[in-house]
Formats: sequence, structure tokens, C-alpha cells
Amino acid sequence: MALELYLDLFSQPCRSVYIFAKKNNISFDFKKLSLLDGQQYGEDFGKISLIRKVPALRDGDFCLAESIAIMLYLAEKFKTPDFWYPADLQQRARVNEYLSWQHTAIRMHGSEIFCLRLMIPKVMGVEIPEDKMNAALDDLNSSLKLVEEKFLQDRPFIAGDQISLADLVAIVEIMQPVGAGVDVFEGRPKLSAWRDRVQEAIGKELFDEAHQYILGAQESVKSMDSSKMQVFKPKILRLFM
Amino acid sequence: MMELYLDLISPPCRSVFLFARALRIPFEFKVVDLATGQQYSKEFGDLSIVRKVPVMKDGGFILTESTAILEYLMQKYSGSVADHWFPADLQQRARVNEYFSWQHMNLRTHCSKVFLLRALYQIVMDSEIPKETMDFAVENVKQSLNLLEEKFLQSKPFILGDKISVADVVAIVEIMQPFGTGFDGFEGRPKLIAWRDRVKKELGEKLFEEAHEALMKSSNMPQKLKNSGNFAQLKPILQKLFH
Repeated sequence: MALELYLDLFSQPCRSVYIFAKKNNISFDFKKLSLLDGQQYGEDFGKISLIRKVPALRDGDFCLAESIAIMLYLAEKFKTPDFWYPADLQQRARVNEYLSWQHTAIRMHGSEIFCLRLMIPKVMGVEIPEDKMNAALDDLNSSLKLVEEKFLQDRPFIAGDQISLADLVAIVEIMQPVGAGVDVFEGRPKLSAWRDRVQEAIGKELFDEAHQYILGAQESVKSMDSSKMQVFKPKILRLFM
Repeated sequence: MMELYLDLISPPCRSVFLFARALRIPFEFKVVDLATGQQYSKEFGDLSIVRKVPVMKDGGFILTESTAILEYLMQKYSGSVADHWFPADLQQRARVNEYFSWQHMNLRTHCSKVFLLRALYQIVMDSEIPKETMDFAVENVKQSLNLLEEKFLQSKPFILGDKISVADVVAIVEIMQPFGTGFDGFEGRPKLIAWRDRVKKELGEKLFEEAHEALMKSSNMPQKLKNSGNFAQLKPILQKLFH
């Protein structure tokens, strides 16, 4: 049985796993899972992952959740080039530091903007109060500031001269608010230059392929079935508590 | 000597402290007092602009994020850290990584929320905790603990199997957090209690108690915060915790 990756490319961590596997020529079975259709709550997917999130990996009997764990597993199993997760003590620590920090920072804030700007108003028809929106934008800006001032500084990439998992995980998260029409790169030349380097290191074709859905999100929400989203409404409204 | 900047009221500080002490990794304990807003001082900002704890300083190398610090220590001292803490085996290692990743937005977030609500809400928001907010927070802790038991532990003695690993250490300190405000996350969960006792035994009961002493005495934290002289500046920052 081929290695299976359960993915929905609307999801940031699915994009990083997709890009990593494709870039490293790791062959896998792309198992498309539609989050908007609630497929993560199906009985079949429950057997793959009790956490009921994407991405998920199945390699023979072995099932694994969490994009970072999945990429580290693939890196080790397929012996990908060292720069993705350097063996050097300090460089590896820099990558680990970023991968840890980002969960409750850029990932959380970028996701929130996507939700507040696009999913909730356009799909669920709920208006977001201005102060709530501004607070979320402030949070996103604080995170982006830290990406530039702490994690990048004057280095080409987060760990140094070469791209690593840290940059890959960073870029897919930073692209999420872009998909909602918030241009986070505007007025940020350092971040833009880094984005260009990352795109080049990944390969523009692969990068664009992975991001086509999220970048088309503003269009595709117009034809989204809002009745499907109603099931998420109570959960989402509680996030404002 | 390596320096660890810690406030043991913070769960990620406790996991680093417990691990370093249990494995006899030498370090200098540098006290950081979160209740007086020390993380917002100029000196602390010079050490780390993220302004969080723990922070590790090893020679000229400064590192934040507890799981990154733990992995650094395990790699640096690999000669004296037994394999079971962070196994080299592909699948076992993946299970630690999976736990480390999952816990940030799940067990850690939810247990901290309960602690912060009970410890700080009243003095920071100048009102009682809304019942719905508290109920929602407690429900989230419940969901996380259910997943911990059903997915991560199952019927194994420890998260990875027969032996303790860093995953258990990172997990336990988070579940302990709401205890600081009298909330017992273990109540009604015999499987989890048995696991907790095993983890305590492996780390050393005395060491575990020492690590959690500050937390258990934290009922004076709101008052300490209010009297700190920084309270006016800290208040708006803290209010953000409750959005």
C-alpha cells in the first residue's frame, strides 16, 4: 500500500506537507478531504485520526497526525537533504523554536483573519464588529513583526543561508490572510524579499499549485453552500466568548 | 554554565526544570517573576524580544520555546540521556513530535485558560467570570483530556508505551496548572491518575513537588500583581488574554 496523505489544500498545514512531499519526490496517494463538507467527522476518517484534523498520514499500519510530525517523519524516512531539518545543534534548535512558536502566534492570528474576513461574513452571513477585526489585525501585525525581527533578522532564511521546514511552515501560514484579501506583504519589503526567496527555493510552479485554492478563496466563497456551514455556526460564535 | 530563565508558575518552565534536574543537566536557575511583570523589563527584552519564559542561554546562544529547549538539551547531552526520553526509532520519535505539536493549541491552551480565568479574570476585567465563559473553558479541558486518554495514552503506561518520555513531562505540567486555582483536572479519571503517579515516580516525587511548589502557593498571585506597581501598564496586556 502506498503512503497516504489526507489533505485539504485550503488548510495551511496541508500545504506545507504537500509542498514538502512533492519537492522531495516522495510518492504518495493524495486523499482529498473536504473540510467544508465536514468529511473530517466521517467514520472512515476517525479510523485514520481521532483528532479529526488534516493533514493526516497513513503509512502501512502507521497513522500520524500533525503536519510538523508528518514532515519530520518523511524527512527521516526518506532521508531528505539536511537543510530541511539541519543536524547541527544550533540550527536545528532555531528550526524547532520557530515550529513551536508559530502554533499560538502566526498560525493562530493568520487563521483568525481568514475566518473573520472571509468565512464568517461571506459564508455564514455574520457581521464582525470593527473592534474585534482591529484587535485581530493588531495580533497579526505583532506576529509578523516578530517573524521579521526575531526569526529572520538579517538572514536570508530562518535558520540561515538555506530554506528549512521553518520557512515552509511560515510561508503557508502567512499566505492564509492573503487568501482573505489582506496583503500582509505590503509595506514589508524584508518579508516580501524572504517570500521571493522561499518561492524560488520551493519552485514557483509547485508553490502556485499548492496555493491556487486559497488564493481563489474570495471567488469560491461566492458559490459556497452556506447551509453546509451552518453546522459550524455555534462553534464559531463561541470563539467570540 | 548554561542559564535557564524560569518562573515555575509557568508550565513550560516546569517541564524544562523537571527534565534538566531529573537528568542532572547542570544549569544556573535565573528567576523571572511573571506576577510582577518582570518579562516586560528592558533587561528581559534584551534577552528575548518575545518576552516569554522559559529562555535558555548556553554561552552566546539564546533559545526560547520549551520544546525546542528540551530537544536542544537532549541532543547536546545525548550521551547521558537514555533513548526512551526521545527515541531514535522512526515511529516512536514521530509520536513525541505529534504530541509536542498537538498540545500547544489543545491541552496547553485549555488548561492555561482555566487557570488564567480563575486566577486573574476578576482583577483584570473588574467583574465576575461570565458563567458561559467558564463552562466553555472547562468543556475544552474535558475534550483535551479525553483525547489525551483515548488517543495518546490508550492502555499504555506512558504516551510512547512502556517507558516515560519527554511527551509525558510536557503533558503533566499542563494538567497540573489549573490546580493552582483549585481545579482538579484528574478528578473522575482513574486512568489519568494512575499515569500521573507513574510519571511522578519516574521523575522523583520530591522533585515533582519542588517543581510545583510555586504553583500550589499561587493563590496570592492576583494580590501580588495588583501591588506590583506595574499593574496599570500590565492590565491592558492581560485584558487581551480574555479578549
